[in-house]
Amino acid sequence: MASSKTAEPTRRDFLYIATGSFAAVGAAAAVWPLVDQMNPDASVQALAAIEVDLSAIEEGQSVTVKWQGKPVFIRHRTAKEIEEARSVDISTLRDPQSDEQRVKEGHEQWLVMVGICTHLGCVPVGQSGDFDGWFCPCHGSHYDTAGRIRRGPAPLNLEVPAYEFVEDEKVRIG
Amino acid sequence: MSSLHGESYEPQSKFMKWFESRLPVMGLLYPTAVTFPTPRNLNYFWTFGAILMVFLVIQLITGIVLAMHYTAHVAFAFESVEHIMRDVNFGWLLRYVHANGASMFFLAVYIHIFRGLYYGSYKAPREILWILGVVLLLLMMATAFMGYVLPWGQMSFWAATVITNLFSAIPLIGKEITQWMWGGFAVDNPTLNRFFSLHYLLPFMIAAVVVLHIWALHVPGNNNPLGIDVKKKQDTLPFHPYYTVKDSFALIVFFVLFAAFVFYAPNYLGHTDNYIKANPLVTPAHIVPEWYFLPFYAILRAIPDKLGGVIAMFGSIAVLFVLPWLDTSKVRSARFRPLYRQFFWILLAVCIGLGYLGSQPAEGGFVIAARILTAYYFFHFLILLPLLGFVEKPKPLPASISESVLAKSAGAAGAESKA
Repeated sequence: MASSKTAEPTRRDFLYIATGSFAAVGAAAAVWPLVDQMNPDASVQALAAIEVDLSAIEEGQSVTVKWQGKPVFIRHRTAKEIEEARSVDISTLRDPQSDEQRVKEGHEQWLVMVGICTHLGCVPVGQSGDFDGWFCPCHGSHYDTAGRIRRGPAPLNLEVPAYEFVEDEKVRIG
Repeated sequence: MSSLHGESYEPQSKFMKWFESRLPVMGLLYPTAVTFPTPRNLNYFWTFGAILMVFLVIQLITGIVLAMHYTAHVAFAFESVEHIMRDVNFGWLLRYVHANGASMFFLAVYIHIFRGLYYGSYKAPREILWILGVVLLLLMMATAFMGYVLPWGQMSFWAATVITNLFSAIPLIGKEITQWMWGGFAVDNPTLNRFFSLHYLLPFMIAAVVVLHIWALHVPGNNNPLGIDVKKKQDTLPFHPYYTVKDSFALIVFFVLFAAFVFYAPNYLGHTDNYIKANPLVTPAHIVPEWYFLPFYAILRAIPDKLGGVIAMFGSIAVLFVLPWLDTSKVRSARFRPLYRQFFWILLAVCIGLGYLGSQPAEGGFVIAARILTAYYFFHFLILLPLLGFVEKPKPLPASISESVLAKSAGAAGAESKA
């Protein structure tokens, strides 16, 4: 301290530092609500999970539902598609995952994925591309019948969200 | 060192004497904006500072009145823009002026920046002036991006999605940061709302930084095409009327271009997809940003790694912050730097080339070309400029601005008398 001539810290030095620290903590605490208000609010969080009835989706059909503002693909896969997805050598994949890891046991015909290309966020087109799965028109990423990246610039497989079968023909996503 | 000053203000009327002794605002403005000593050899590239000021004001005024008719909600935003176009008196004009004004703003700022690069305006003692300019560029980019989201068309929505997704490349906390920016799990109503709020705020921050930019300019005074310092009074002219008139003339010429876009091709610089309402479930087949972001978009896509692309894109601007220390040459103006002068034009061609590649699909030869040009961009700033100062032999500098100007006009007069 410029005001203090003694070598030893004085009582006043301590008070200065303690007051300054307290003010800094108080300022940081006051900033936090201003920062946190930007996080997803209660009304957004309330819509964080949806239930979808699958009984109307025939084999070979897909639906796209909106979950958390994002498209979710639900595909009722044909036996041929499942067979295609399971015959792939996993070690050749860019993001190695078996078909079993991407579906729920006992519900292998249902593929549930976030329909957002892992490259730059576009929505891929279903049942197209070189692997009978999904094709992203933006920059040419090809996904297979398990939604795994097979060709193009995307780094990862299409994301499988957290979901569970609440009944045999009903899923809860989120 | 204090600021350069022109002749100081002497209040003439009784009222002004009374007023000036209480609030000496004329005493501040007069020597900095009226009699300010300005190099007498400034060419038309020096008029873009004034043009930019005018465009900032145009954007502020049209933006404020557009906000009186716009609704920042996903259910109404698109319709409210159409309402402005069809129902509001002169709404079409205000919106087209605002949208094309943004393009003109960027055109002017890029000319202003390359002027600085050519004539070495970033060098000592103008480093802070230059850095404030780069801050202004970043603020402009953020403002333009958020403004582009507001009409809530397909391009608005997907631009917002792609650009905010850039931050998801940040390791560990990327996902939390993007959700914090979105206020949800995807771009949605909270995102639109906050973008509107920030789009209204940022231009005022730009205005504040412009004040600092001009303040920093008025300490050393303007650089000039010769890049040499002002040495005596004969090297300068008072800002008014010489440069107020020159700037006004350039502004009117620039307005001709502006008016040509506003009245004859108001949507030429936009994308037709943005007249389709935002749909989070369908992506347009070909997403491209506005023309003024294309070079940066090309750099982003040139790098095969997601995080690497984001770093390169931000790095392409970050490198400008340290430019004053990367350029080791003591000579400012490219007129006297035979090698730098050539590399300047190559850099300009590279930037335009990157802009072209940014508009093309990211595949095949376009990606390879974008990688080569991206590499050259960084090579120019990080390797070439530091070395050039040691290798290059500059041409001899003139003794003073007035001497150079008089020699030139004497030569021109001689040529005239011969003809």
